[in-house]
Amino acid sequence: MQTAAITRESHGVAHAIANALYRNPRLLLALLLGPPLIWLGIVYLGSLFALLAQSFFHLDDFSGVVIHEFSLKTYAHLFTGANMAIVLRTVAMAAAVTFACIAIAYPIAYYMVRHASSKMKALLFLGVMLPLWSSYLVRVYAWKLILAKEGVITWFAERLHLTWLLDGLLAIPTIGGPSLSTSYIGTFIVFVYIWVPYMILPIVAALERVPKSLIEASADLGSRPRDTFRNVILPLSVPGMVAGSIFTFSLTLGDYIIPNIVGNSRPFIGMAVLAQQGTAGNIPLAAAFTMWPIVIMGVYLIVAKRKGAFEAL
Amino acid sequence: MSETRSIAVKFENVSRVFGATRAADNLAFEVYDGEFFSMLGPSGSGKTTCLRLIAGFEQPDIGHILVHGKNVEGVPPYERDVNTVFQDYALFPHMTVAGNVEYGLMIRKVPQQERRRRAGEALEMVKLSGMGERKPSQLSGGQRQRVALARALVNRPAVLLLDEPLGALDLKLREAMQVELKSLQRQVGITFIYVTHDQTEALSMSDRIAVFNHGRIEQIGTPAEIYEHPATAFVAGFVGVSNVVSGALAQRLTSSSQAFSIRPEKISLFDLGTPVPADMLGIEGQIESATYLGANTRFVVTVEGKQIAVIKQNASNVGTPDTILGKSVLVAWNLTSMQKLS
Repeated sequence: MQTAAITRESHGVAHAIANALYRNPRLLLALLLGPPLIWLGIVYLGSLFALLAQSFFHLDDFSGVVIHEFSLKTYAHLFTGANMAIVLRTVAMAAAVTFACIAIAYPIAYYMVRHASSKMKALLFLGVMLPLWSSYLVRVYAWKLILAKEGVITWFAERLHLTWLLDGLLAIPTIGGPSLSTSYIGTFIVFVYIWVPYMILPIVAALERVPKSLIEASADLGSRPRDTFRNVILPLSVPGMVAGSIFTFSLTLGDYIIPNIVGNSRPFIGMAVLAQQGTAGNIPLAAAFTMWPIVIMGVYLIVAKRKGAFEAL
Repeated sequence: MSETRSIAVKFENVSRVFGATRAADNLAFEVYDGEFFSMLGPSGSGKTTCLRLIAGFEQPDIGHILVHGKNVEGVPPYERDVNTVFQDYALFPHMTVAGNVEYGLMIRKVPQQERRRRAGEALEMVKLSGMGERKPSQLSGGQRQRVALARALVNRPAVLLLDEPLGALDLKLREAMQVELKSLQRQVGITFIYVTHDQTEALSMSDRIAVFNHGRIEQIGTPAEIYEHPATAFVAGFVGVSNVVSGALAQRLTSSSQAFSIRPEKISLFDLGTPVPADMLGIEGQIESATYLGANTRFVVTVEGKQIAVIKQNASNVGTPDTILGKSVLVAWNLTSMQKLS
């Protein structure tokens, strides 16, 4: 009898908690969201504010010591020619990589959603995801070998008598160089390769959400497939492209490993941050550099929203 | 139907097969110009497939479809002079209401001014004037349905196809829209081909109804023909409520084992012992239940083990007493109300 009473008692406590949560959905919400929100608030927003604060300090030119006083000296330094060149180089690369990713990802995503059989679709999904299972560093170094002067691409170009094409490509001023692995072209190829899955998946998701009946309705109203694509499918998949471009653009803006391994060793924002906070010991300038990707992405999202990119969501 | 009427859509022995199911099984029928033609049947009976065949989203495996005498074999949907009102309305979410309505005109490169005017007229016709700048997401279900209708009608198609357009609306709105759709159809004079599984809808709006079952047409006729003279047991059961009598009971009543149907509202109940009138058929039964339905009362009477439904209008304002249950009565109906089934 007594054990029965005890089990009923403990049963009662669990029930009491369950009932209390049922009656107070806000309490449940607070318990569910509290821990992650505290984590985000402190770790994420806190570090962002720390960065912002740091960027208003400056380095004393003679002693090399960080002066913890508000000043705009660091920003003045950020807007000098050499540093602006780094920013422009990174933004141009990020934009080029994003456009290339859309150009490659869209047809693949379109095929996956509108044409592929379910088996083919699963296979393509696997193909898109598979590279993400191996180390990013390994893949970048593999590309360095592929793109090297003695690498596979050069070898193939020789066999196919296309050396003139490769040389012509490398002879292009600014983006060319002695070999693919030491030019902007190489950096660009590797960036596109690494980020393209992050473009394919959101576009697939956006295209999946376009009901078949809308495409039929467009045809029914006299629209040829090409016009249906332009008037219906493309505008409705813009949110997917914007979502993908947020990935490809911001990941390229912040990456410091790829341009370090493949490219002509001219610095990108990420590399500048690494150098400033490491060897140079100029934490305020490193912090000021990191403001660029944040501001650029903020402006990009606001413009995208104004242009109605998310209206079809 | 008169021979002089011109034919809008003609099916010539059309079959469409999906795997093992015959969605359309050797269909041959005609829809006349300016007619409100309904395709009525349960889900999976092939009526929507027929609509998609006319719209061009499906191609027949066998047979031909003629629209105004022209074989439309291989003609893509965008080159057919028909428009569809989709079941889920299929409004373009990124366009305004006006943008949706003007879409077909824009594609046909109608000048902007005329486009505006015609879209305005179409919206007025469906009572949505002034809503042009809204997005579909800002409209109610009934309003979206009207936009879909305006979007199709603005193109002045030869034939308008409607795929259960009222299915998602609540009962009151649906009844109001039935009346409006019918008057709209009279007003524009366009051939309407209307797919529905709701027999009331088909009966109330149609000039003619085709009853579908398993990819075949069981019967084509006016609403009165379909209701009063169902050709098959399926039609009798699907369109309205019907008592289908067959076997031994049919043999006893009519001295023929051929099945017949009798509508519940055409059956009278008399006190036992009342002489059966000369033009009526009568038999003894026991009242099993009586359900009060407001305007009328529905009785279930057991006749020789078979349950017969009877509906009586509640003419007096006195309810049915409980003592009636189990009572033996004379169940009788007019001989002309019976419908022999094939």
